[in-house]
Amino acid sequence: MNALLKRFLPKGRTAVIAVPFAWLFVFFMLPFLLVIKISFADLLIGIPPYTKLIEFKDGVVHLTANVGHYLFLLQDDLYVSSYLSSVKIAAITTLVCLLIGYPIAYYIARSNPSSRNVLMMAVMLPFWTSLLLRTYAMIGIVKNEGLLNNALIAIGIIQEPLQIYHTTWGVYLGMVYNYLPFLIMPLYAHLVKMDLTLLEAAYDLGAKPWKAFVKVTLPLSKNGIIAGCLLVFIPAVGEFVIPELLGGSDTLMIGHVMWDEFFNNMDWPMASAVTCAMVLLLLVPMAWFQYVQVQELEGKS
Amino acid sequence: MANPQQHSAKASQPAGADFIQIIDVVKKFGDSTAVDTVNLTIRKNELFALLGSSGCGKSTLLRILAGLETATSGKILIDGEDLAKLPPYHRPVNMMFQSYALFPHMSVEANVAFGLKQEGAPKNEIEDRVAAVLDLVQMKKYAKRKPHQLSGGQQQRVALARSLVKRPKLLLLDEPMSALDKKIRQQTQLELVNILEKVDVTCVMVTHDQEEAMTMANRLAVMSEGKIIQVGTPHEVYEYPNSRFSAEFIGSTNMFDGNVVEDEPDHIFVETPELENRMYISHGVTGPLGMPVAVSVRPERVNISHQAPDTKHNFARGVVCDFAYMGSYTLYHVKLASGKIVVANVSSLMLTKMDAAPAYGDEVYVSWSASSGVVLPK
Repeated sequence: MNALLKRFLPKGRTAVIAVPFAWLFVFFMLPFLLVIKISFADLLIGIPPYTKLIEFKDGVVHLTANVGHYLFLLQDDLYVSSYLSSVKIAAITTLVCLLIGYPIAYYIARSNPSSRNVLMMAVMLPFWTSLLLRTYAMIGIVKNEGLLNNALIAIGIIQEPLQIYHTTWGVYLGMVYNYLPFLIMPLYAHLVKMDLTLLEAAYDLGAKPWKAFVKVTLPLSKNGIIAGCLLVFIPAVGEFVIPELLGGSDTLMIGHVMWDEFFNNMDWPMASAVTCAMVLLLLVPMAWFQYVQVQELEGKS
Repeated sequence: MANPQQHSAKASQPAGADFIQIIDVVKKFGDSTAVDTVNLTIRKNELFALLGSSGCGKSTLLRILAGLETATSGKILIDGEDLAKLPPYHRPVNMMFQSYALFPHMSVEANVAFGLKQEGAPKNEIEDRVAAVLDLVQMKKYAKRKPHQLSGGQQQRVALARSLVKRPKLLLLDEPMSALDKKIRQQTQLELVNILEKVDVTCVMVTHDQEEAMTMANRLAVMSEGKIIQVGTPHEVYEYPNSRFSAEFIGSTNMFDGNVVEDEPDHIFVETPELENRMYISHGVTGPLGMPVAVSVRPERVNISHQAPDTKHNFARGVVCDFAYMGSYTLYHVKLASGKIVVANVSSLMLTKMDAAPAYGDEVYVSWSASSGVVLPK
């Protein structure tokens, strides 16, 4: 009886793995399949605002898949240029985050073990406030009569307020500020576990501190850099809130285009097509990230 | 242009007798003194071991030589050149780290070439020297491997090659065998010594394993609490320890505490509460009559017999309270009337000469010759 039960009940290992898989299936896979389905449908005035893909009429199953939205993505300049602009903004954000985040992560990883946790806490502290609130607060700082401009005018560095609010500069500022911890955390985790005798060995063999950093620390933190950059880049491409609040009319980002299609044009199929195309584009760096991680694991075993 | 004065200065020195001079080196960490006024001279092409238990300051001294720590005070001269002001990357010193510290992202070849590349040596010279040193340590066929693809012994050889390839004036070995299995240690010790002899390098090694120090080193220094206790060849330190610490740290020994009761130029008598009769030692000591001393007698110098030996001194009666067969010898613990336990290593040859090997609970006599006792100041 027991043996019979064992055959049909999932084993412990399978049962444990099944939980996250079921979660991902219900809340990620199914909705995404729905989005794919809608992207191949036609616009319709009604509820829901799109046509059915499969219809059963007079004993015949009709399958209609409309690829027009995808073709339109390529034809209309707006989509291509907003994709490119999103990638550019995300790339610059990632680069700036890396330039600021690497020294911070390095400093924290090399500081006294007792103060490390306090410093990491300080990096993560902003997460206790919602992204929306932090971005609103940013408006108060960068707007024409905001803290930053008033302070600079008071010191006498500038006479006219700097136009940051409602420009792409504002978007960069908000994005770098918000995404910086995502880069610092994985980088810190890599730097802190590095064996410092490797640096001593490099000095001993004649490498000056800077050379030892370039030849030893930097290559050994490569995977931390890649993980951090992807954690910034991937969500930054689809970012909506920050450019919406801080950016201007010239800030073209794919998240905004998607929002427009859904809520202004009520064109769900077109919006779904935009979404699917974006996910496809992001799959490339994500797959690469996965590949690098697997390589690292294989290298260790 | 050659400086004639410098030449004559060098020529006047005896051949490399004080190649490395460590003069009054002190290292303090906060309130604690890790290295306490150490003075040592190390000869050219010598394998010198710093021996001590963990925390005795031997590793700190090694790191000072490498430049990874700066001495609080004192001077270090290598070949007449003061090292104190040189950072590690400018010193003619290379170190083989305890954990080997091989760069995990570089191949064996690249690890070994690293030091030469920092020197800016020409590419073909680097290739030749790397190939030669990998050949020396028999790792040529693993040149393209990454460190994690090698066994512990292979990693050690790569680490050795990496620290030898720059032809340092001084090679430092930090616990070279500690990461290896006990089984392959002994073989590796001899291999390492052979390689070091081939390349004529002056070498300082740090170890807590007295057997390792005795197998490998030409001379060794026993360290305790930051101080040098004794310097000498393994034979000198083992046979003629200068202190209780040396005698007990290197090998095991029977220690008798007592007082000098008769002091002649060629012999002394020591009276100890642990033995019924006096100890007779065939060499004199300097010191007042009655001064407290400790007498060390090595277990392999202690003889065991069923009958009382034919002497008036240097023997005691006791009961075998423990024994262990070790193959080449048998270890006996003999409890004397005073409660003192005397350890004796009796060789298998000696045992076969006896009618019956002493067993547990047997009453036996332990004895030793007049030259076996080493008198140590208290």
